[in-house]
Amino acid sequence: MNTTCIMCPMGCALTVEEKGGVVTVVGNGCPRGEKYGKAEFSHPERVVTTLLKGLYGGVVSVKTDGPIPKDKIADLLAWAASYRLDHAVKTGDVIAESPVSCGANVVATSDFKGK
Amino acid sequence: MKKFDVVIIGGGPAGMAAALGAREEGATVALLERDDRLGGILNQCIHNGFGLHYFGEELTGPEYAKRFRDKVLSDQNIHVFLEAMVLSLTEQKVVRAISPTEGLIEIQAGSVVLAMGCRERSAGAIALAGTRPAGIYTAGMAQRLCNVEGYLVGKEVVILGSGDIGLIMARRMTSEGAKVKLVAEIMPFSSGLKRNIVQCLNDYDIPLRYSTTVTRVTGKERLTGVYVAPVDEKMQPVLEQEEYIPCDTLLLSVGLIPENDLLTGTSVEMSRVTSGAVVDEYRQTSAEGIFSAGNVLHVHDLVDNVSEEAYIAGRSAAKYVKGELPFSVTVSVTPASGVRYALPQKVHTGEGKVKLYFRVDKVYRGRTVVVTSAGEVIKRKKTLVMAPGEMQNIEIDKSLIKGDVCIYTEE
Ligand SMILES: Cc1cc2nc3c(=O)[nH]c(=O)nc-3n(C[C@H](O)[C@H](O)[C@H](O)COP(=O)(O)OP(=O)(O)OC[C@H]3O[C@@H](n4cnc5c(N)ncnc54)[C@H](O)[C@@H]3O)c2cc1C
Ligand code: SF4
Repeated sequence: MNTTCIMCPMGCALTVEEKGGVVTVVGNGCPRGEKYGKAEFSHPERVVTTLLKGLYGGVVSVKTDGPIPKDKIADLLAWAASYRLDHAVKTGDVIAESPVSCGANVVATSDFKGK
Repeated sequence: MKKFDVVIIGGGPAGMAAALGAREEGATVALLERDDRLGGILNQCIHNGFGLHYFGEELTGPEYAKRFRDKVLSDQNIHVFLEAMVLSLTEQKVVRAISPTEGLIEIQAGSVVLAMGCRERSAGAIALAGTRPAGIYTAGMAQRLCNVEGYLVGKEVVILGSGDIGLIMARRMTSEGAKVKLVAEIMPFSSGLKRNIVQCLNDYDIPLRYSTTVTRVTGKERLTGVYVAPVDEKMQPVLEQEEYIPCDTLLLSVGLIPENDLLTGTSVEMSRVTSGAVVDEYRQTSAEGIFSAGNVLHVHDLVDNVSEEAYIAGRSAAKYVKGELPFSVTVSVTPASGVRYALPQKVHTGEGKVKLYFRVDKVYRGRTVVVTSAGEVIKRKKTLVMAPGEMQNIEIDKSLIKGDVCIYTEE
């Protein structure tokens, strides 16, 4: 796998490979890049931000309150697209607990009046 | 006519931080914002990555804005005028605005902080050839429509320009179900953050082509496609290699311009490089008592820097009214080899420290940044890597300043 280390502005180009259960990272300028490369290879995670629609119109911005596995992102976005929020929320309120078993809660990042 | 010590034009992150800064010095503050809420561009930036420097945690744009907004709105001595569009500003510091609720608002200000932000360069500004069908948006406009109004602007998208707004919108449109077919960048590098290239493009297998531009657009009522071509060393498109990409939407992420129209007719000295005012370290312009901060002064990539800068401007504006702004001899700060611009462009001699912000003209690895005053080196700093898209800074001791300051990079 080829990727770019984002831990510092150097942006080293990393090549991560697995041979017989051992993961190796090449191209990293420092140890942080090795750690990053291995994590990206075996369990890449992202915080997801998106928008939910209100049942009666309007939109509210949301985020996951922690990083979720990358392969759950598509499921979560599909969940978000079909979800309709039917009540008012304030910034920081939990809207759904670990939807699609993504392992993080979806919380509001703006206030929503219910419509 | 109403009277306030400090009048701030624009209620984005710059305006809000300036208001809080001015309050810290005890000033009465009027904050004028043309939108129906405070927050500026942050309200439409629903992605995270804001506030790492300022708050030490990662926030989304609306969350970052809320931290400041809550403080501003709970302060009795900050009078917030919403839906108040400022129409004019005189050098006597009379500010005129109109709002649907209050009609014409006239304020005599003790000092003024400009915090109007910037606008995006549009299709007209980059002389895009072809028809003018619907479906061509600036990336920020598409971001607003998508994130604030809830409209998806298209299904098959090409993005011109790989600045952060373009990258963020590539991911955003993809998550909303659109297909982003290409991001074309005319330069051989991106001005966007590495992290955005990885997490907005690579994560979704969106192709990015460097040294490539959009040559023409087609379509009568709605955009039907664009032609792209590589550019040569002189930035001229190689038309023999033109390629057609069918799409219904073209997003332009081709740069921002500080929104300084209010200054036409004033004597405020402007910088041709930044398109903002020329300022000293207090962020005071050449017109006494008129200050400037945030994207209206120079385009920032991190909102954290905007808050810091505006805070200085707000405090200084309040000190000016009290007659406490120190003034002494000023020297000029000029960029040289490798540095495109440095800000502030003027610095006072005296005590304390001053942070010089600057941008380099291309990607440099392993360079040293050097600051001289009256020809003598007063600071050196080794850097690993510097890119034009990432604003740099270097702190210098004012007591070392004996004459004009120059900032440059060397091997
Ligand atoms: C589309 C876009 C996306 C961006 N995305 C990011 C990002 O992802 N991360 C990041 O760190 N930075 C981002 N930036 C940079 C970010 O905008 C700045 O960091 C910050 O928002 C600038 O703050 P500001 O207060 O100077 O300007 P703004 O946020 O633009 O605020 C200016 C305010 O002034 C008001 N105003 C202007 N003229 C008048 C007038 N005549 N009368 C009354 N009010 C007026 C406007 O309505 C606006 O609310 C983005 C910028 C743009 C343009
Ligand atoms: S590997 Fe080390 S030096 Fe290279 S980008 Fe990552 S953190 Fe920076």
